[in-house]
Amino acid sequence: MGENLFNKVWELHKVKTLPSGQDQLFIGLHLIHEVTSPQAFQMLRERGLKVLYPERTFATVDHIVPTDDLGRPFKDPLAEEMIEELEKNTAEFGIKFFNLDTEYQGIVHIIGPELGLTQPGMTIVCGDSHTSTHGALGAIAFGIGTSQIRDVLATQTLSMSRPKVRRINITGKLQNGVYAKDIILMIINKLGVNGGIGYAYEYGGPVIESLDIEGRLTVCNMSIEGGARAGYINPDEKTFDYIRGRMFAPRGDDFVKALKFWREIASDGDASYDDVVEMDADNLEPMVTWGINPGQSVPVSGKLPRIEDFPEEERGTAERAYRHMGFKEGEPIMGTKIDVAFIGSCTNGRLSDLREAAKIARGRRVAKGVKALVVPGSKRVARQAEEEGLDKIFREAGFQWRNAGCSMCLAMNPDKLEGRQISASSSNRNFIGRQGSPTGRTLLMSPAMVAAAAIEGAVTDVREMI
Amino acid sequence: MSVIEENVRRVIEGRGLPLRGDDIDTDRIIPARYLKCVTFDELGKFAFYDERFDEDGNAKEHPFNDRRFEGAEILVVNRNFGCGSSREHAPQSLMRAGIRAIVGESFAEIFAGNCLQLGIPVVTMSHEKVSELQGLLEEKPGTKLKLDIGEKKLEADGKLFEVEVNDSARKLLLSGTWDTTSLLLANRREIEEVARRLPYLQWRQTA
Repeated sequence: MGENLFNKVWELHKVKTLPSGQDQLFIGLHLIHEVTSPQAFQMLRERGLKVLYPERTFATVDHIVPTDDLGRPFKDPLAEEMIEELEKNTAEFGIKFFNLDTEYQGIVHIIGPELGLTQPGMTIVCGDSHTSTHGALGAIAFGIGTSQIRDVLATQTLSMSRPKVRRINITGKLQNGVYAKDIILMIINKLGVNGGIGYAYEYGGPVIESLDIEGRLTVCNMSIEGGARAGYINPDEKTFDYIRGRMFAPRGDDFVKALKFWREIASDGDASYDDVVEMDADNLEPMVTWGINPGQSVPVSGKLPRIEDFPEEERGTAERAYRHMGFKEGEPIMGTKIDVAFIGSCTNGRLSDLREAAKIARGRRVAKGVKALVVPGSKRVARQAEEEGLDKIFREAGFQWRNAGCSMCLAMNPDKLEGRQISASSSNRNFIGRQGSPTGRTLLMSPAMVAAAAIEGAVTDVREMI
Repeated sequence: MSVIEENVRRVIEGRGLPLRGDDIDTDRIIPARYLKCVTFDELGKFAFYDERFDEDGNAKEHPFNDRRFEGAEILVVNRNFGCGSSREHAPQSLMRAGIRAIVGESFAEIFAGNCLQLGIPVVTMSHEKVSELQGLLEEKPGTKLKLDIGEKKLEADGKLFEVEVNDSARKLLLSGTWDTTSLLLANRREIEEVARRLPYLQWRQTA
């Protein structure tokens, strides 16, 4: 029996087995941002510790960035304090910081891959649960808490228990207008929001292989929404082509060596797994969430589920979802009126996402009364989109074109829902209060579906607008 | 295994606080706007803020607002508690609100790991047992619980429950070594060996 990528990478990075039975794992790449790192640096200072490998940690600022006005100091003094703290910490400990005055600032999970920092066979951590994104290039990547950030800064290692590995095969062929976002929403719907606890997910099969790297990043990004701390895809020629020539990619002879390493680290053809599941995507439709967790979704042509049809243990959450959303069982999701449309986030803020959304927006107008935002995931994405004229298409259609940041995904900046507003959102979480209003409501969907909803003023089937 | 006496978490005694509901996510435990801080010090008062207070700041019905559970130290929750974000602010806010241990049906992994790093035991029981314990606490608020990590038992009002604790977590709690930094740093030589064998650390840094 061969070995899977996850176990190969784990063994390669294992420092030793600790007395507790956990493994001490070397971390190849550490990414930090302004929200979860300041307390970790403070802990280092209190203990008189240094950063052991400062060249293996990279910083950016994303969560608190006001995407409409980057002028400093920020209008929000708390946000200003946070960015100043990161400036101080990175300067003091010698860490490279892609700050707002560089060309490379952006959402941490967008800039890692686009700068070539994210590479196959690495272990990657960040104080952010969507770190699973980086697995799309064949890395083991997962989110950690602040005390663990302290450990990584001080020792470049973590104490971890090795999870099991579940292979998820997606067969069939995607219809036009169905995207990576719909695949991962389907997976979470079928396996549940806690189905992945204790597992890393390996995504594979013809549909996953057919995705471009940006689509793969979207799939891996939401692994954590299914309870899996890490999700990854075996590296292939598309992966190697994507990395080649990027800022931190190996060059010349080193790239040749890298190719050899990356090919060897992929799961063997006869690799074993702790679990294997298969799903077919032939009949997959655009998916839309109707509830308060990312597993509560329906196909766009579908009707909202009946509480009695849920397994008993899920009924409580379903009832709570209906109470919060104000929807009725059996209603179609199509035609649900929206107030806000948000295109962006680490899930769907990349160039291909903006291109697909722009195809829908081109020559059309945002519905009256709908506030529509397009927020590129990084400065580089923004620059490329502007070179292609996407910003102009969006603006002419009545969308606001913003600066790079997390924006309305999590409401740590001025972009927020108000009151009971309903948002069509390309982000990753529809939790109660997530988009900034305790009574606000979020419908997750692909960026093209968000663009379609913005134009119609209601949830609609993007396949009819292509 | 060496022991750090002052960090040992063997027996935790305190009043129980039942909090019903599956999939209670970290945005509910601590809304994102309270993450705008550079220390964890003030987070205790924001635990479950949007569920405890309306938009005008008036208290709503919630176990954390319920006088009968004031001073509770052991939280009793249901399935997939702490799902969502990796923010350590979530367990930090619970800890600073007085919670010293959590009993539940299941926990999201990052949340459970964050709790362990703070020396907060998270232990699990079946749905039936958790419901029974929550019912007992609702019926007799103020009931004192005794959670024994060594024996993997929970005592409540004369009743004995068996609890599950992850083996590694149990060892770290019983030896007081859940704060892992110094333990990890002690292996500096082995860390350097791994750094030397990783192919990608041998390539030229190009930027």
